Amino acid sequence: MDDDLYRDEILDYSESKAHRGRLEDPDYQADLDNPLCGDCIHIELAVDDDGRIDRVRFEGRGCAISQASAAMLAEHLEGKSECAAREMTADDMMSVLGIQLTPARRKCGLLAWKAVNKALDSAGPEANVGGRSRRP
Amino acid sequence: MTAPGNPTIEPRALAPDPAWRTAFPALTREVRPGTPLVYLDSAATALKPWPVIRAVQAYDTEYPANVHRGLHALSEEATEAYEGARAKVARFLNVNDDEIVFTRGTTESINLVSRSWGGTFLGPGDEILLTVLEHHSNLVPWQMLARERGLTLRFADIDDEGRLDLNSFAGLLNERTRLVAVTAMSNVVGTLPPLDRLLSMAKLRGAKVLVDAAQAIVHGPIDARALDVDFLAFSGHKLYGPTGVGVLYARREHLEAMPPMLGGGSMVQRVTLEGAEWTESPWKFEAGTPPIAQAIGLGAAIDFVQGLDAEALAIHERALTLYAHERLALVEGVRIVGPPPSEKGPVLALDVEGVHPHDLAQLLDRHGVAIRAGHHCAMPLHRRLDLAASARASLALYNTTSDIDCLAEAIHDARRVMGRRSRPEPRPV
Repeated sequence: MDDDLYRDEILDYSESKAHRGRLEDPDYQADLDNPLCGDCIHIELAVDDDGRIDRVRFEGRGCAISQASAAMLAEHLEGKSECAAREMTADDMMSVLGIQLTPARRKCGLLAWKAVNKALDSAGPEANVGGRSRRP
Repeated sequence: MTAPGNPTIEPRALAPDPAWRTAFPALTREVRPGTPLVYLDSAATALKPWPVIRAVQAYDTEYPANVHRGLHALSEEATEAYEGARAKVARFLNVNDDEIVFTRGTTESINLVSRSWGGTFLGPGDEILLTVLEHHSNLVPWQMLARERGLTLRFADIDDEGRLDLNSFAGLLNERTRLVAVTAMSNVVGTLPPLDRLLSMAKLRGAKVLVDAAQAIVHGPIDARALDVDFLAFSGHKLYGPTGVGVLYARREHLEAMPPMLGGGSMVQRVTLEGAEWTESPWKFEAGTPPIAQAIGLGAAIDFVQGLDAEALAIHERALTLYAHERLALVEGVRIVGPPPSEKGPVLALDVEGVHPHDLAQLLDRHGVAIRAGHHCAMPLHRRLDLAASARASLALYNTTSDIDCLAEAIHDARRVMGRRSRPEPRPV
């Protein structure tokens, strides 16, 4: 089970640069910490005029599981509708990750998903810089 | 004490007395079939020896009665054992029996001082001096009190190796300092602040002193009377005792002046519908049924520790700490954060290049090696040391050089797993 946890795919994603960084014009963004481990993430989403998520970027530091799950979630969300992103559950996130996590490590695997939820739920200008101003 | 830079270890000091290990049944288990346990997390909770397990079981099987209530034989036996445990704790700290309050643990002990003593005697403008080394249990209760009572908290700094900065401490101490609350040993980096000097400086200013002995209590005797502390707190479970019981030592004059924190049964003399009169201390702080079996177990743990050769124990823990530093220096990418081994208690705060502490802990578990990862309830200390988190291996009397070798090999393996290269990007954008 452990070997499964640190299989190549997970380690590849954890080091992937593909979705790292910031967007120039995010529609949604949020910061989230996992105080238990000192992990933190900043996530940004841009939504196109049809309500589809076209770009997701994140920055953060943490264990391989939290970083891999952020990269995998970013890849998973791109092209999905905003609605589908909102409906995504914790179990869906676990399916995307595709590994069995112990309760203690579930927090690591869910950090990015929680950050996306926080971003999508945010309304205030301080939490959601740019708001939905680009939307018609 | 071995001088820094002199790594000569007497080999005999490295091997624990075999009887020390056989006392701990958990050491015989396998984590998974074929993987023996290498327990390096005693700073979180120490393993329990047979005498403690048997004492708890004896209460539950032979005299499982409430204390201070019944007049029947079982209740009398239980009361005698419970109060006997209090006497053992008092002798262990060289204080009076009625200066020992049983609590749930260090956290509750410190909260009791904060709410009862602090809530009564401290007010706006008063200051409490802490250090950045403190565990959250010796920080958050003071933050809560400061907010309620308009107090100011000050924090003595450390140097980059985690040693307490005495100049910083002395500079922050002033006539408004009413309390100094300091750890006797950092739970993260093992720093041993010079309590004697801190206490004499505090006393000169007329400040009271609380010592958080949660970590230090298991690594050598503490004479609370000689140290002349006002308050001292520790937990049973880090002293090879059961979870769920802790100790607050407070000088009699403080306990007498402090109001109870919890109201309820067995802490009262007389109760009418209009009000109640408290019974005397320490019992007025022990409302409700106390952790009877656990306190008796703690008494057994103290008997166990006091039955060991204290000098041999100290030499063993020191030699093992030194060995760990030397052995881990041979593993590429490992940095031990904190003071040099001669200046600290037996804990190792590990920073392993390329391996996050959580991944390290999980990968070490494959080898049966149990360590702790995270911020260890000391977030301000990690921030001060510029670490997001750390991995901590902590040593106890039952650990061996073989445990350290397993740790070193497991870290090496973790680096291999996390450090493999030639990975394609999953899906370049």
